[in-house]
Amino acid sequence: MNAVGQPLARPDGRIKVTGAARYTADFDRPDKLHAVLVTAPAAGQLTSLATEEAAHSPGVVRILTQADLPQFIPVPVPLMFSLPPMQNDTIRFEGQPVAIVLAETLEQAEAATHRVRVTIAPAEVKAPGQSNPRPPASDSGYIFAEVDAANGDLAAGFSQATHRIAAEYMQPSRHHNAMEPHATLAWWEGENLVVHDATQWTAGTQQMLATTLGLAPERVRVICPHTGGGFGSKGFPKWHTLFAASAARVSGRPVKLVLSRAQMYTMTGYQPLTHHRIELGASPDGRLTALRYDSVNVTSSTEDYVESATQAGRAMYAVPALETHERVEEITAGAPTPLRAPGGGASGMWALESAMDELAHALGMDPLELRLRNHADVDPVSGKPWSSKNLLEAYALGAERFGWHHRPARAERDGDWMVGWGMASATMGSFRLPAAARVTLRANGTALIESSFNDIGTGVFVIFSQLVGDALGLPPHRVEIRNGDSTLPEACGTFGSASAMCVGAALLDACRQIRASLGEVDPLALLRRSGRESEAALGRFSPGDGVQLEIDGGASPTAMRTWGAVFVEVGVDRALGLLRLRKMLGSYSVGRVLNPRTTKSQLIGAMIWGWGMATMEASLFEPRLGRFLSKNLVGVPLPVNADIPAVDAVWVDEVDEIASATGGKGVGEIGVVGVAPAVANAVFHATGLRVRELPILPERLLAED
Amino acid sequence: MLTGRMEFREQLDLTFKVNGREHSISLDARVTLLDALREYLGLTGTKKGCNFGECGTCTVHLDGRRVNACLVLAAAAAGREITTIEGLADERDMLHPVQQAFVDQDAFQCGFCTPGQIMSAVACIAEGHTRSDAEIREWMSGNLCRCAAYPQIVAAVRQAAGD
Amino acid sequence: MQGFTYARAAGVSEALAAGREPGTAFLAGGTELLNWMRLEIATPARVLDIAHLSGLDAIETLPDGGLRVGALARLNDVALAPAVVARVPVLSQAILSAASAQIRNLATIGGNLLQKTRCPYFRAEEMLPCNKKQPGSGCAARDGLNDRHAIFGWSDTCVATHPSDPAVALAALDAAVITARGGGGRRIPINEFYLPPDAGQDRNSVLEQGELITAIEIPGSAPRSTYIKIRERESYEYATVSVAVALDLDVWRRIARARIALGSVAARPWRLTGAEQALAGLQPGAAAIAAAVECGFAEARPLAHNAYKIALGRNLVLRAIRLVAEMTP
Repeated sequence: MNAVGQPLARPDGRIKVTGAARYTADFDRPDKLHAVLVTAPAAGQLTSLATEEAAHSPGVVRILTQADLPQFIPVPVPLMFSLPPMQNDTIRFEGQPVAIVLAETLEQAEAATHRVRVTIAPAEVKAPGQSNPRPPASDSGYIFAEVDAANGDLAAGFSQATHRIAAEYMQPSRHHNAMEPHATLAWWEGENLVVHDATQWTAGTQQMLATTLGLAPERVRVICPHTGGGFGSKGFPKWHTLFAASAARVSGRPVKLVLSRAQMYTMTGYQPLTHHRIELGASPDGRLTALRYDSVNVTSSTEDYVESATQAGRAMYAVPALETHERVEEITAGAPTPLRAPGGGASGMWALESAMDELAHALGMDPLELRLRNHADVDPVSGKPWSSKNLLEAYALGAERFGWHHRPARAERDGDWMVGWGMASATMGSFRLPAAARVTLRANGTALIESSFNDIGTGVFVIFSQLVGDALGLPPHRVEIRNGDSTLPEACGTFGSASAMCVGAALLDACRQIRASLGEVDPLALLRRSGRESEAALGRFSPGDGVQLEIDGGASPTAMRTWGAVFVEVGVDRALGLLRLRKMLGSYSVGRVLNPRTTKSQLIGAMIWGWGMATMEASLFEPRLGRFLSKNLVGVPLPVNADIPAVDAVWVDEVDEIASATGGKGVGEIGVVGVAPAVANAVFHATGLRVRELPILPERLLAED
Repeated sequence: MLTGRMEFREQLDLTFKVNGREHSISLDARVTLLDALREYLGLTGTKKGCNFGECGTCTVHLDGRRVNACLVLAAAAAGREITTIEGLADERDMLHPVQQAFVDQDAFQCGFCTPGQIMSAVACIAEGHTRSDAEIREWMSGNLCRCAAYPQIVAAVRQAAGD
Repeated sequence: MQGFTYARAAGVSEALAAGREPGTAFLAGGTELLNWMRLEIATPARVLDIAHLSGLDAIETLPDGGLRVGALARLNDVALAPAVVARVPVLSQAILSAASAQIRNLATIGGNLLQKTRCPYFRAEEMLPCNKKQPGSGCAARDGLNDRHAIFGWSDTCVATHPSDPAVALAALDAAVITARGGGGRRIPINEFYLPPDAGQDRNSVLEQGELITAIEIPGSAPRSTYIKIRERESYEYATVSVAVALDLDVWRRIARARIALGSVAARPWRLTGAEQALAGLQPGAAAIAAAVECGFAEARPLAHNAYKIALGRNLVLRAIRLVAEMTP
């Protein structure tokens, strides 16, 4: 049977289009209390917290402050933010929670929060640009790639260069802005804790709660079958989950806590403002001789989050001499957290692919040709072969479909619009984590998958049913799936584009065991002949002995990444500062595509994220008040339907059995990568304006005359 | 239902028709139509995305017109007809053509914005704002989708409009 | 939200009587009021629902070619009314560029005029220095992140802009706001409707407590008119800057009358009266147009981060003049 590779529809379609799919806030418990957080209006010292008036408001049952909460046992970063919540009077950032209002109704709880008087002796605000960049602490917990790296002789490399580009690029802080607000519904059954939590990592929430509350993990059950988008913001557990559990304990009643949209801007993480400085040296034929890449990202005073943008410089092109440095700069804000395609994905490639375009222009060379000249056949630093890489084919496929080679040499005028074309490479790191899944083949001709993975919309239900269906000789619609429950075998978090690879591999391992037990050919028939009801196996995947997280192939014999190219056509109206998309095409080398329907949707969705990054998204930090200025979807615009007239994604046929037994790699994030620089490069082509700061707003494009 | 004398009340006895069924509940004046549906009528198909009318996730039909339920007081909706996502499929539980089109065109991913998208799409088609893809895009722009399934949503609306 | 009491008004006189009492807010579409209450920008003790008062949502043509639009007419209904599209396309376009379809189905044309600013300091969940919300606390935007704020008519007290699109079109059309009041209603020219930014605690218009907008009258038609709105995304967003232009051309295609209003540049729609005077008699394609338009910007005073609004505003006006000149109404 060959369900894998077919564009089958998602089996979760019906429940999602009928509103029957339940997300965390849709669940309920009798006698529950609503919890709403009170937050600090500024960083500094909490000098007084007056809860009397609020406590006597109608319907308010209790207002919890730090006095009501236990000493939480610290959790290793990054499992949760390093700052323990509500444990002392030091407020590190605007929006830090200081009290929890518990009331019978949501209206009563919300109204009461406005009656709590929070007084802060304000601390001096550190805004971006005011502190010296420094290396991150070596035990920061957020170091996923080299902080300082060097390869070859940089000075020699630059001295050999005939062409040199040195430029600084900037991207602002950006929030994930998932449509579903973070939420937790928690209650205790004796000494056991049960929570519904909007999460990308069932086991992560379980571990965090068990650790902070001093419970054996088996005493904590986490349930989350569907998550309304995460994009990284629901990857590592957050404080509100702990608050809900604690409030349930203290009050003796179930507690439902749903963050407001505004609170999602202060306590669920963000991608930090990053300054990139890139220097490229090249010889007349365009081959890079040297690359230096310095990146500085802002971080909170509580932890050193490292964006690792410079990873792009070490992974993308064959350059004989390179040096990269990651630095951080403290600001008075909450802690960042990974955001879709972090590091040497969207962040690093924004800078690198802009610099490459500037180099192509300096050389008078086709930007695509420059990329081809610098293609890395092996990992540029380690020299390891790639587990798979068909980027050259992806460049060619994309260029052909887009019509890159037929584009006019100069920008064309279309009425009031100048039309420009731009391209950029794309690459995304590969994350492999341990995963487990149980498969049960039943004599009635169905199978059951059980694993704690989460559904954030990536299409896991359909691709897993395809994998198991093919492996056991069943049609996919006869594969039932139970997910999102910590009582099920533990899957890795649904982040890092890892689920298909790792949970998929665990599923195939389980099926392999079932076939080994029953027989390779037609295991179902053999099961029926045996007279037994079912045959089950627990499958596992591990990237290596004791390895909890393997990045880009880690210590294995091959390097692993995904690859692509983005081609963009934009229109710029210089008089009015308007930048609008005309068409965008992504062409990818991402391993075996298990389901072309869901893969295309993932890639396109991610590319639209890239458009938002390029043209509108920014969470501006107010430098005197020390806060994200706009904490709402008006002040922080995201792409709307009308922004996207034509976007497509194609890919090369490829199978990578090293990365995963499924033959596939992750596709959830790479679509974001390369879009912002392709857009900026197209703007340059259209106007001659080189924009090095995102987002590319009207005021940056206005004609000066 | 409020008739006769104009009397200001903090707690109101309200009657709604939701998906063809009458419901009578006593509510605080502050309760929005969105929270009335979700918290008091057990209809959690309509989702809350931002509670400020800035995302369209909570779109329902009020007297046949699409609106953001978070911007309507339950008291203001009393006596009117409300249709939610739960009211679209027919008595035999067959999917509404728009729901089917969303499945056919893979017009959702995480699914959180999907009920609002579908309610908006049903209205968009009824309004006649589907004469071109550009018109569909513009008239569906009141529904944010962070998974960014926009092209598939347009294809779904086009398919259903053509039915 | 703080608690409040709710009632539905059965008729206009009842509404006026009840509305006079301080702490009473009229509820029409609710697309602004509910958010003000969530942010405690407004904390009415009584909410009086006027949304279904009969007779206040009609769109009628007037003998002079103009229109009388009932204040409770929903935005989408106004925008799509054939008479509006034909007679004053600038108003239809302005409305359709506003908000989203869902919001336009709820929001009323009368309520829309009473929108409050989108200044992010004003709209913050927390109390930031804001003279509108707390007189004397200062204006955080004055020397803060003011790239979206006013370039005309601001003072150190407040640099906020008015965000309504329909109001800009109505300003260019010389519309009048018709009100009802206990002691007798009034007819307020829209260009006298809004108060300067330092008028006092969050008072944006001349309306008194309990005064009800009943209709908007547009004198004459303006078929040669258009609205252009600039924003970084294509829809569902407030303007960075916008323009409404209505031109009357004589038989020689010279400008007999130009009416130009800019949006999101001041605490009210800003008529460029200086430009309008200078444009009279010119042909739309003439070289002198640019200098004439420039007259409208003589009073422009940028803040630290919004000088671009001057160039953008100027280019917008020029573009709109060109577009309406090309129209065949």
